[in-house]
Amino acid sequence: MSKVRKRHALSTRIWHWVNAVSIIILFMSGLNISNAHRRLYWGDWGFAPEHAWLEVPRFPGWMTIPDYYSLSAARDWHILFSLIFAFGLLAFMIAALINGHLKRDIFARAREWRLSNIWTDVKQHARFNFKHGEGKYNILQKIAYASVILILIPLMIFTGMVMSPGMEAAWPWMTELFGGRQSARSLHFIAAWLLAAFLVMHILLVLAAGPVKHIRMMITGGREETGEPA
Amino acid sequence: MKRRNFLVAAGSAFLAGCSKIGDTALFEKLVDGAENWHRGLHRALGGGRIPMAPEFSRNDVSPFFRGNGSQTVDTDEYRAAEAEGFANWQLAVGGLVANPMTLSMEDIRALPQRTQITRHDCVEGWSAIGEWIGPQLSAILEAAQPSEDARFIVFYCADTLGGSEYYESCDMDDAYHPQTIIAHQLNGEALPIRNGAPLRLRLERQLGYKHAKYLTGIEAVASLDDIGAGYGGYWEDRAGYQWYAGI
Repeated sequence: MSKVRKRHALSTRIWHWVNAVSIIILFMSGLNISNAHRRLYWGDWGFAPEHAWLEVPRFPGWMTIPDYYSLSAARDWHILFSLIFAFGLLAFMIAALINGHLKRDIFARAREWRLSNIWTDVKQHARFNFKHGEGKYNILQKIAYASVILILIPLMIFTGMVMSPGMEAAWPWMTELFGGRQSARSLHFIAAWLLAAFLVMHILLVLAAGPVKHIRMMITGGREETGEPA
Repeated sequence: MKRRNFLVAAGSAFLAGCSKIGDTALFEKLVDGAENWHRGLHRALGGGRIPMAPEFSRNDVSPFFRGNGSQTVDTDEYRAAEAEGFANWQLAVGGLVANPMTLSMEDIRALPQRTQITRHDCVEGWSAIGEWIGPQLSAILEAAQPSEDARFIVFYCADTLGGSEYYESCDMDDAYHPQTIIAHQLNGEALPIRNGAPLRLRLERQLGYKHAKYLTGIEAVASLDDIGAGYGGYWEDRAGYQWYAGI
């Protein structure tokens, strides 16, 4: 091939940054919404302390959007960015299926699932050696990215949709799937924190692996690092 | 290097920026657009049928139905009405209709009744399930016959919150929806005062603040601009809550 292959496809790069902004805004406006009613329940309904399985702390202004308590303004941010987040994932999924990103880079092959391979990968990570494994990503990266793209983000979107009464009227089966509206609300909260945990780990690992190089590659696309002649 | 100071400064700038952006006219336009997109998707994804809020069985009913917002109406008239068991309560139906009318509680009970066990979702996040009985708003509108110019139904209430009268509104799609009823019973008994005695709106595909309590009047209008502050409801006017509360 005469053309140099980019490490990250343009669609992947656009989605990465749109998604980064969306997740941060949705998480922080979500914490503001959480302050309106801090108890979480399972099942269809719940409103009193005796129904709750968890009462979360009140999140301070520096963690929320806007930086003062306003349920209506936080909902404005959430309503706007939920669409960007959901349609962003849809567009990325379509692009990643067409250009083979999912199959080539994200899905692990059978031999990568061997315990010895996973253990080797854990040890390499512990030594801060991130350049190993076959393909673009090693097995731990594949597990992390696949969990986020295929499980956590869709879970955020669908549990969010369940909580919209107008949406629920259109697709009532979705509420049943999650075991009721309050269960969906609890799962939405749990998935949000798992996603936040992923974001923190992701940033820490990029910082450890060379932030300037990796951020530049996620902007310009970088160069495919394979043995094949370019 | 003061990396931590930089991060704190960047974080504060981001938050301040978000608060600033949140106050601009452009942001308001974007949010209105997003709200319409959500509503359009909710209607389109129904797949041609009328999207209905889920209905539950008697076993699912919450042991107690929480009251929120106004818990009563603090006027002499209301206390007098309460003393006579709301026997002389009236619901005015007017605006852009061919047949303006005033309905008594007896008139309302004489209409065909709909019983529905539905979940009430507060914008704050909690939910409660209750069994509601009342005539469909569509039956009242069919008798009143709104004109072709009527695009919204406004609901007037007896209660005031923070010195302002409570009111709400919905479009004709929701007004004629089968589950939109004027409820006078909750869980087999006359509507309790904290839940809006003697009449409250049930607008099942939207959040709790749309379900106006202590109803005194219904008006068909062409525009919401001249009612209250023009945003179509008490919380919409007062605190910027979304008029379409199906999200």
